[in-house]
Amino acid sequence: MVAYFSEIYHGLISLLEGMVITFKEFIKPPVTVSYPYETLPMCERFRGHVELIENEEGNPNCVVCGLCARACPSQCITLAGEKPEGEKKKVLTKYVLDFTRCSLCGSCVESCNFNALEFSKEYNLASRRKEDFIFDLLGRLEERNR
Amino acid sequence: MRLTLFNVVAAVIIAIAFAAVNAAYLVWAERRGAARIQRRPGPNINGPFGLLQPPLDGIKLMAKQLTIPGGADKILFIAAPVLAMFPAIMSFVTIPFSDTIVAKNMNVGILMIFAFAALGSTSLLFAGWSSRNKYAMMASIRAVSQTVAYEIPMLITTITVVMIAGSVDLMEIVNQQKESILHWNIFPLLGNSHNILMPLSFLIFFTCTLAETNRAPFDLGEAESELVAGFHTEYGSMGFGLFFMGEYANIVIGSCMTTILFLGGWGCPFGLFPGVWWFILKLYLLIATFIWIRWTFPRTTIYGLLNLSWKILIPLSLFNLLLTAGLIKVF
Repeated sequence: MVAYFSEIYHGLISLLEGMVITFKEFIKPPVTVSYPYETLPMCERFRGHVELIENEEGNPNCVVCGLCARACPSQCITLAGEKPEGEKKKVLTKYVLDFTRCSLCGSCVESCNFNALEFSKEYNLASRRKEDFIFDLLGRLEERNR
Repeated sequence: MRLTLFNVVAAVIIAIAFAAVNAAYLVWAERRGAARIQRRPGPNINGPFGLLQPPLDGIKLMAKQLTIPGGADKILFIAAPVLAMFPAIMSFVTIPFSDTIVAKNMNVGILMIFAFAALGSTSLLFAGWSSRNKYAMMASIRAVSQTVAYEIPMLITTITVVMIAGSVDLMEIVNQQKESILHWNIFPLLGNSHNILMPLSFLIFFTCTLAETNRAPFDLGEAESELVAGFHTEYGSMGFGLFFMGEYANIVIGSCMTTILFLGGWGCPFGLFPGVWWFILKLYLLIATFIWIRWTFPRTTIYGLLNLSWKILIPLSLFNLLLTAGLIKVF
């Protein structure tokens, strides 16, 4: 008999405790970020597709050594450069990343000795056309500087 | 007031409008409340605070096709959603919102409301039976056994209140407890009830209302993980919409009854300005508690549900009935 009543009593108390918890949650503000209207900054170590790093003059750090293209396991990177008259270093003329094949392994960033490549924070990538994922990184760099 | 055709039509229209608006906006309140408890914003795109969500949901449901599954009992299948909504609306006719706002006061108001409330479970049975779907059938059997189990303590508790008031007239019951908070039936201090255990009766009645309306944590008839969607598995379109609205209309009825029987109806807790606003305030506080409870507790098992009724609620309500009867005899 005592067990019967104590069970009822303790059950009731635990129910009330639960209701207190949900009430406390009720008066706290929501934590949802309503995505299309507001976004959070992407975290530090997020790996988007690679992007070229520029120097102070706005030109790419790249010296067209081609190590990144060689390090890439899926041959995503095509690059070309030329040596203008009277200059010591090569200048990048073309840097194309085929993102349809990229697995974001990061070997290109690791292999770069000239601090010319970084991961971007881009994650809003969606398209119905394959061509949209073949990025001209040099063009993107110029567009950023414009 | 004389009973003219105009009065009757006006009362019916007001009752239907009240039930429908309440049902629609309780869905909104429920979704917003659930969202707040889970720290989400809830529906907030359509209109300010998402207030246009219920009418848009209604339009979407009405625009859909009502499919009747092959081999289903067509007449019962179509009748069931209507039967879910109709008792709720009928009950509004006799509920007094204040001493003047009542469509048709009857001296057997309680009996009428419980008669129609009992009719509500037939709609669940019809829906499950006529769908020709084993999950719907099982769900409706569960829902009906639950309704039967919880109708008993609910009625016993109501009898306790009726004995205290000496009347089954809802107006009379409220009039006896409208003086102040200490005259309410939930508190036994100054009113006609001398029973110290009346808060227990209130708890029993409230729990039974939760169970009668098939709401969480007693929504065994809608256990999605076991029974697809419950008794309305085969219903789409406005058939489903009517079940949904019926559920919310039943919540309003249950809260109205709790307010009238235990919380002094339209009486003010301090004896000031009695009126319909106090009734509305108490009503919506109770409904908020309904929503709060739903989003706090997980669903019980069918055994836990029936055990709670037969082993705890019925003995306790019977004990309280006897105690009240004894105390009325003594004082």
